[in-house]
Amino acid sequence: MRLNPNKSQVIAKTVIWSAAILVLLLLFSIILYILSKGIPNITWQFLTQIPSDMGRSGGILSCIVGTLSVTLVATLVATPLGVGTAFYLTEYTRESTITKIIRFSAESLAGIPSIVYGLFGFIFFVIYLKLGWSILSGGLTLAVMILPTIIRTSEEAIRTVPPIYREVSFSLGGTKWQTMIKVLIPTALPGIATGIILGIGRCVAETAAVILTAGSALRMPLSLFSPTRTMAVHFYILAREGISLERAYGTAALLIILILLINIGANLLVNRFMAKGH
Amino acid sequence: METTTGQSKISIRNLHFYYNKNEVIKALNLEVRANEILAVFGPANSGTTTLLRTLNRMSDLAAKVRIEGEIFLDGKNIHSPEISITELRRKVGMVFEVPTPLPMSIFDNIAYGPRLSGIKNKAALEEIVEKSLQMAVLWDEVKDRLHSSGMRLSGGQQQRLCIARILALQPEVILLDRPCSGLDPVSTSKIEESLRTLKEEFTIIIVPHNVQQAGRVADRVAFLLMGDLIEEGLAADVFANPKEKRTSDYITGRFG
Amino acid sequence: MKKFGERIPQSIFFIIALSALSALALITVFIFIEGVPLIAKVGFFNFIFGMKWAPSLGQYGIFPMIVGTVLVTLGAIILGVPVALCCSIFLAEFAPRKLSNLVRPAIQLLAGIPSVVYGFWGLIFIVPAIRNYLGGPGLSILAGSIILAIMILPTVISISEVSILALPPLLKEGAFALGATHWQTIRSVLLPAAKSGILASIILGIGRAVGETMAVIMVLGNAVALPNSILDPARTLTTNIGIEMGYASGEHQQALFATGIVLLVIIMILNSVAQYAIRRK
Repeated sequence: MRLNPNKSQVIAKTVIWSAAILVLLLLFSIILYILSKGIPNITWQFLTQIPSDMGRSGGILSCIVGTLSVTLVATLVATPLGVGTAFYLTEYTRESTITKIIRFSAESLAGIPSIVYGLFGFIFFVIYLKLGWSILSGGLTLAVMILPTIIRTSEEAIRTVPPIYREVSFSLGGTKWQTMIKVLIPTALPGIATGIILGIGRCVAETAAVILTAGSALRMPLSLFSPTRTMAVHFYILAREGISLERAYGTAALLIILILLINIGANLLVNRFMAKGH
Repeated sequence: METTTGQSKISIRNLHFYYNKNEVIKALNLEVRANEILAVFGPANSGTTTLLRTLNRMSDLAAKVRIEGEIFLDGKNIHSPEISITELRRKVGMVFEVPTPLPMSIFDNIAYGPRLSGIKNKAALEEIVEKSLQMAVLWDEVKDRLHSSGMRLSGGQQQRLCIARILALQPEVILLDRPCSGLDPVSTSKIEESLRTLKEEFTIIIVPHNVQQAGRVADRVAFLLMGDLIEEGLAADVFANPKEKRTSDYITGRFG
Repeated sequence: MKKFGERIPQSIFFIIALSALSALALITVFIFIEGVPLIAKVGFFNFIFGMKWAPSLGQYGIFPMIVGTVLVTLGAIILGVPVALCCSIFLAEFAPRKLSNLVRPAIQLLAGIPSVVYGFWGLIFIVPAIRNYLGGPGLSILAGSIILAIMILPTVISISEVSILALPPLLKEGAFALGATHWQTIRSVLLPAAKSGILASIILGIGRAVGETMAVIMVLGNAVALPNSILDPARTLTTNIGIEMGYASGEHQQALFATGIVLLVIIMILNSVAQYAIRRK
């Protein structure tokens, strides 16, 4: 039975628009639900007190600190490594075996499940390097996890810098290094920053890798070697054990708000990147 | 028409240029005299741009490139390991076909080269910027907006910016690769006019946009066809009385 | 002098660039070192095809988990890919520019939501719905598939959309010039032309589904036995590790690492297939 092509077009359009609307509805319902249940619980005490009684009361200050410190460590380690790798891939070499191997490694790292990162972080940082359950272990594990993201977005950002800029800089007597610092980095910066921000977003949201490396201690962490519980882990434990539904919602809402801010930040940067005429 | 009897600035001896096993320039011998404007012209793919790029070793940047023969600047072989490439490129400046201001202010564009070579003093840089812009006949038009973006200038202004940019490095030779393609006649004549002034201080080699431009600006010309140097000499002589039939055919437009 | 100044940064950057390779090597080595002895001890076939997972009894068969992973992933693909494809067509072909500039970041946002939040939401809404309308405990493979379908949407949508947008405009114009309607053009020209990119996006989506842990833990039900239907609770390879790693030790822990090896191998195969599909363009 052959449908009139115009009829089938109408049907197709309806289905497609419905799918898009469905996805948007899903997104909004999830976010609105969490925010509506959670925001009322985000009180001043919630933000400034440490959890007590296994999380049944008190706030989540130590978890906030945990998330921020683990994310900070991860970003500080992964950014120079990631951006540096991107520069190496685009600037110093023609395509060769070694660049293919490096790129293959980065692509592979991107696909590894977070629980496997957790296993690795546990056996390597916690046990082998004797760092114990700590901010350092968690942060370093997350650094490896977000490394491929930063490499990929940085490389793309540098590749969109018009090659003629490089030529101009060379013709004025610039070395590869000077060209990189003075022309390529500033031009590619918004794209690179976007990658870093996306990496930060991943760190904030990550649970499986963190719970096995940073631990789940509720105390306020005092040093890089202290164990800590991030907000995502805290939410998981509260929700799973049914410890405190209000605090669970509050934690989730705070996470969503953080992620919303991070995504908006990244999008603003992308738009600025585009506006520059790349 | 003045004759140039100046010293030899650049000597090209038996140059062969291979790209990916293709011989793009064949057994080229050419002298460029100091303080003259030499136009290297010829149909597309004759090696004119390639020749220009060998003179400041920009050709080194491409892969699969092989060069035989020698190129001397002031008597020194530019490929000898004692000569630093960055120094060479400051002495032999290049203006590209497409005006390409760097993504920064007019001031920073021109100060880019000097800063690379270590000049940091603000007053010195300001002086260099003003002098270069004046030599490129752009100063009056931009002196009030030196810190606005170089990308907001018109095409002709951008190209003069690029000229000013290399002048800031106080080069000895200026290479121009079809600098006026895509520019309106007014901008073109402004640039050609500035070249006539500039040649008093610099040696200029230009790949012209067309034969007419060579006739307007050049003291001497060289005709390249498919990598071979067919004829060279004083512009007046070559255009009025070409020695080779191929030269006269190209000049009169029998082939292009 | 100048040449020397250029060598140092080049060597530094080379060492930096090896970081990705070193990380991959370290991960592979350490996971394998922990897990291989156990696979050797239990026997490869007993490990992969064993039906019983009972660490306290020294039994380490992961076949039920493999089945769980396969079923949950399959369900996620069946539910999620059609919706994702429709959305990517929507973004590439139907949405006006202003709308797509809003919808695209919205889908990126979907990707940023923590998986634990997805799991929790599924626990609140999807699980009871299944229990009330379809039967069973609600904590089920179906619940896992639904949640995973939602979670892989951003991956499949964005890569498919890029593949469609990357097609030369002449392709579309040629079809229109022959009198095809928009939908006919999409169906018969654009989608087949973007086939390899779309396929790659699906494979990457599969990879994400296979690797997801936290959301699945919360809705899958944690039953170690072989599931009989999609309404049954189950365990996947990832949830197995996620649930038990907190208290496993010794041989038990090694078995979890061995499960990790299996996951690594699956992902490597999937990634290679995806890379191959992309390159085949």
